[in-house]
Amino acid sequence: MAAVPKAAVVVIAATAVTLAAAYAYAAGWSDPGRLTPKKIVLGFQDNFGVHEGYRRNHANGVCVTGYFEGNGVASRYSTAAVFAPVRTPVIGRFAVPGGNPSIQDASSPVRSLALQFSLPNGEQWRTGMNSTPVFAVNTPQAFYANLQAARPDPATGKPDPARLKAFFDGHPETAPFRAWVKAHAPSSSFINTKFYSINAFWLVDAAGHRQAARWALQPEAEYLPLKEGAQAAPNPLQDELVQQLAQGPAHWRLLLQLAAPLDPVDDATRAWPESRQLIDAGRLTLEHLVAQADGPCRDINFDPTILPRGIEVSGDPLLAARSGAYARSHLLRTGEEARQLAAQGEVR
Amino acid sequence: MKSAQFALPLRLLHWLMAPALLAMLLIGVGLTTTVSSWHTTLLTLHKPLGLGLLALSIVRLALRLIYGAPARRPDAMPVMIHLAASASHVLMYACMLAMPVIGWSMLSAGGFPLPQLFGLALPAMGVPSLAHYVFLRSLHTYVGELFYLAACGHILAAATHALVLRDGVFDAIALRWKD
Repeated sequence: MAAVPKAAVVVIAATAVTLAAAYAYAAGWSDPGRLTPKKIVLGFQDNFGVHEGYRRNHANGVCVTGYFEGNGVASRYSTAAVFAPVRTPVIGRFAVPGGNPSIQDASSPVRSLALQFSLPNGEQWRTGMNSTPVFAVNTPQAFYANLQAARPDPATGKPDPARLKAFFDGHPETAPFRAWVKAHAPSSSFINTKFYSINAFWLVDAAGHRQAARWALQPEAEYLPLKEGAQAAPNPLQDELVQQLAQGPAHWRLLLQLAAPLDPVDDATRAWPESRQLIDAGRLTLEHLVAQADGPCRDINFDPTILPRGIEVSGDPLLAARSGAYARSHLLRTGEEARQLAAQGEVR
Repeated sequence: MKSAQFALPLRLLHWLMAPALLAMLLIGVGLTTTVSSWHTTLLTLHKPLGLGLLALSIVRLALRLIYGAPARRPDAMPVMIHLAASASHVLMYACMLAMPVIGWSMLSAGGFPLPQLFGLALPAMGVPSLAHYVFLRSLHTYVGELFYLAACGHILAAATHALVLRDGVFDAIALRWKD
């Protein structure tokens, strides 16, 4: 055999290095500073502990089922089949922020409602909404910094106020969120709570024209503030919801707020002026409640980027981060859950 | 007598699919390790690209079964190396076909919406099942990693044949016509 040409060895070595480097780059090994879904989920676990089988955030929740009736009004702005005058089945989940599944459900001023609309053509619309019209931060990096700043002090079991203050001082974009929470007393019930999409999305009409929009669910039940002393039970809001739904279904109007041309569509900390046009797109009815341990919402990843044709993600950087982090949480908890169910099966 | 090269359609498919498959595996890794807008972009690319590669893989397998492979050149490789090479080709065909099928059935088992094709959703491959979803979701990762390793070995072996051994093995897949 002839002597191996040096150039050949160089080319082969370079190929090997390139293939390894490409993988290392894709996997984030080459960039330890990259914010990954894994880091965000570990951040939640650091703050709240590991609760196997549960969502890493909004861990305490309850499943609900019902339907949405479109009225055709929003079809002018979006081709999404859900806005036509049809009835679309919905699986939902009321929850409270935080990664601890045994946290008292009225302990946070924020409530959340996640929905999955199952459209007739196999499409789905998933949305995760909060009871605040704006979010505290507008980038995944600031979200992660907020998570770290809120890490409980091992001595007190509570976040260090000085650390939190330093975070808020360094993040003036959190001011509208904090002002809103301060000015609005928490609601007395899930069913009299207004829920907001947080992020903006694009509505796409039949001609392909895109209109930026946010959505909100306006309760038909009248808002009442949470009473002092109502918080003795482990989950007063869920208990109240059981009573409410036993008497009859709860209803919300789905309102689409249409942005004006210069309104920010990529900043979840900035609400649009209240004067912006609101479209009443239909009525949400929630009828039945099922505990999340074996409810239909348990294994759903309420990824807000799962959208039907006619609705598209905006450039809001929180959307991609929510999608990535929720997927990581879903991967972990479904794996844990399958192991738990298999173990129970063996015992049986 | 058998040709020394793979049939031209197989060679064309090989060079069309090779970069797409490598990109696909890296896209799959990348979309799970970033929270930047790349996550959404890569996820949007991943599903239609996977479906396209599944269609090409089926065509390619059919052509491979019809046309066969070039005859082994006894002077080129010892039998054991030849068997190892053949086994690695079988492995890569298996991965190529399995990855999109696992992805498709994983989405079905997890209750996720399936990609739309010409305005219609793909049919579900199986009913929603937590246990199946968890198994398929892990399998999607592990088979993908195995495929990337196999592809790396394949590329380095091909480069060794082409540049160091110069034994004509690489010509079997080269686009250049060889009599």
